[in-house]
Amino acid sequence: MDKNKQFFDEMIAGPDTVTDPYIGYNKWFAEQDPDHLTRKSQEAETFFRRSGITFNVYGQAEAQERLIPFDLVPRIIAEREWAKLSKGIAQRVTAINAFIHDVYNRQEILRAGVVPYDLVAKNDAFLPQMMGFSPPGKVYTHIVGTDIVRTGPDDFFVLEDNARTPSGVSYMLENRETMLQMFPELFSRVRVKPVNSYPDSLHRALCDCAPPACNGKPRVAVLTPGIHNSAYFEHSFLADQMGVELVEGHDLRVVDGRIAMRTTLGYEPVDVLYRRIDDEYLDPLSFNPDSMLGVPGIMDIYRAGGITIANAPGAGIADDKAIYSYMPEIVEFYTGEKAILKNVETFRCAEPDALKYTLDNLHELVVKEVHGSGGYGMLVGPAASKQELEDFAAKLRARPANYIAQPTLSLSTVPIFTDSELAPRHVDLRPYVLVSPNGINITPGGLTRVALTEGSLVVNSSQGGGTKDTWVLEE
Amino acid sequence: MLGKTAGGLYWMFRLLERGENTARMVEAGFRMALTRSTDSETEWKSVVTTSGVGRGYDSVYDHYAAKEVIDYLLRDKRNPSSVLSVSKAARDNARLVRTALTTEVWEAVNENWMVLTDLLENPVQQKDLPAALATIRQHSALVRGALHGTMLRNDIYDFSRLGTFIERADNTARIIDVKYYTLLPSVSFVGSSLDNVQWETVLRSVSAHRSFRWLHQGDMTASAIADFLILDRRLPRSLAFCISQVVSQLDALSDDYKVTLPCNDMARKLDKDMRSRDIGAIFEDGLHEFISTFIGRNNALAMQIETDFRFNK
Repeated sequence: MDKNKQFFDEMIAGPDTVTDPYIGYNKWFAEQDPDHLTRKSQEAETFFRRSGITFNVYGQAEAQERLIPFDLVPRIIAEREWAKLSKGIAQRVTAINAFIHDVYNRQEILRAGVVPYDLVAKNDAFLPQMMGFSPPGKVYTHIVGTDIVRTGPDDFFVLEDNARTPSGVSYMLENRETMLQMFPELFSRVRVKPVNSYPDSLHRALCDCAPPACNGKPRVAVLTPGIHNSAYFEHSFLADQMGVELVEGHDLRVVDGRIAMRTTLGYEPVDVLYRRIDDEYLDPLSFNPDSMLGVPGIMDIYRAGGITIANAPGAGIADDKAIYSYMPEIVEFYTGEKAILKNVETFRCAEPDALKYTLDNLHELVVKEVHGSGGYGMLVGPAASKQELEDFAAKLRARPANYIAQPTLSLSTVPIFTDSELAPRHVDLRPYVLVSPNGINITPGGLTRVALTEGSLVVNSSQGGGTKDTWVLEE
Repeated sequence: MLGKTAGGLYWMFRLLERGENTARMVEAGFRMALTRSTDSETEWKSVVTTSGVGRGYDSVYDHYAAKEVIDYLLRDKRNPSSVLSVSKAARDNARLVRTALTTEVWEAVNENWMVLTDLLENPVQQKDLPAALATIRQHSALVRGALHGTMLRNDIYDFSRLGTFIERADNTARIIDVKYYTLLPSVSFVGSSLDNVQWETVLRSVSAHRSFRWLHQGDMTASAIADFLILDRRLPRSLAFCISQVVSQLDALSDDYKVTLPCNDMARKLDKDMRSRDIGAIFEDGLHEFISTFIGRNNALAMQIETDFRFNK
């Protein structure tokens, strides 16, 4: 018990009291029979499995599909908290787009010395092919997933800016759908802002960025690496929800200066491609020549205004973890305002002092690869064995510039329902942000990921995390 | 629609049809083995041959017996046409074309795969075989029901149905091809008990033993059975019925797409040839030749459909 006291719990305020946002929910919860809830929880699992809401796990012998465990206690955010959060997110995403446009055009921020030149120019995520080019509407990050953690009543930090191809939005939508099906009466008692307009908003945001070559109604397609990709369910889900085609690289080719898809009636041009493959696989002529996933020649067509690629190639420069450490300066540089959302203190191991500090305090820090994602290749110092710490220290010394270190945050907890009772578990939050020339649209809530193991701070689904429905109250 | 999606739908339903047909073959073979004590080796061999997996089977086993054949046809992962392999492949295709399917159809295919994976995890004991086959049939019917009940009648439906009928025509033709000698009037005299058992197996292989009886009131002759399986449009597994369905789905596509393709002409010609023959003439010209030619033409038609609608690059 003592151990848990140092963490802020978003629901439980004291022995018999809950925090304000949870009052309505708690009343309902107290009336429920725990056995009934346990049954509901199992029903949810059956529902997910039957609907095929699964993800593939890499590196296992039998390429198995797994469910992301779903916890039935919602994560609830008050409207006023959300207002502040979403303002901060919009500010940050605006700055990120301006930053990407700048580094691929005039590079003022580099010339001003706010961000070191080498950090951008020598970055693997920086694509020289994008220099001097403005994508339609000057939008680079059509879809952003800003990872946010909370450590206290008013303490929110941005942990990562996912500016490439953030995933998980299908879980946000399916989690709400599941809750609505399981507990319809709950939603008549507690008023929650809806999330179901996301697919339409996404479609609109993509259409608003149609390329110059588009005549008439923009034709959108989702590009997936295929059914063996871990996020394939989401790719097909989004294509389905938007009512657009789901294509693979071999369905596309260059026809008459456009990217066209092979239909039963011949080749038809695509205007906007929501791609869910990485930059490096996008065009074997421009990037990785061995890629079978992309479309040869798409970069040329893109630069000539024949197609819009979302998110823009090279947008990943903004979610590099070393660039992240400059985000407060970046926000101020482009918006002229102080960043509303705080950054987590970050040590750039490329710098000798920071490296020394990191090595000396490894057991207390979280160390991440600058290009890493999905929780792979990171070290959680407090949870690591002596051997793991030593091994990681060796990696750090070998390639310091590949790593950043951050203090271990006291992530807030939200209860999960387990063994017929509530038990606190650490959570994070990924709101989904859409950017178009007409503005920024943030779906209220987002995806709450929860570390299901007691005491664990790792919420990634690939590392045993689960999800919760996320509510923003309508007050 | 994407060519890939059309191909995915077509193959998904070919595979589902194949799985169902394999289960039916196992059922007929099992029944045959139960009712006759000797020479079941030949019967099981013909079950394997009819399923078109003879070569694969021979590379794994050196004899034909109920246990091995049933296992190979139902659940062997080395057999790409086993019920288990096919349910997985059909589900992979369904994932590929997920955006073209209604939730009901997708869930039925997904559940088919989940249930069969569970059902066929271990070898099926003979005492459990009838129940297992019934489960396979039921889930197949669920997918079909979901398709008919929920899908728009557009090109998505047409490609799905094309897959079903091309596969089914091939399956019925192969059953006749393997058993044609038992249908030749000259080989044996009508009504021997041996023939009766053989004929009943043939009819059971296409689930038509009861409908045949009902239509023919026990008048079981080789010629009547051959006529029923080849030319009778009332039987949903007859060659004539399958081809007429292929024609009408292709016509629907032709109307929808406002284009007439080589496969339209090929299918119409095959249909016309079926309509111009009676069973007497077929026997006269040679039943075996007729069936071999049919299998070849059905195959060529399938390839033409794949080309015309750009299933592949």
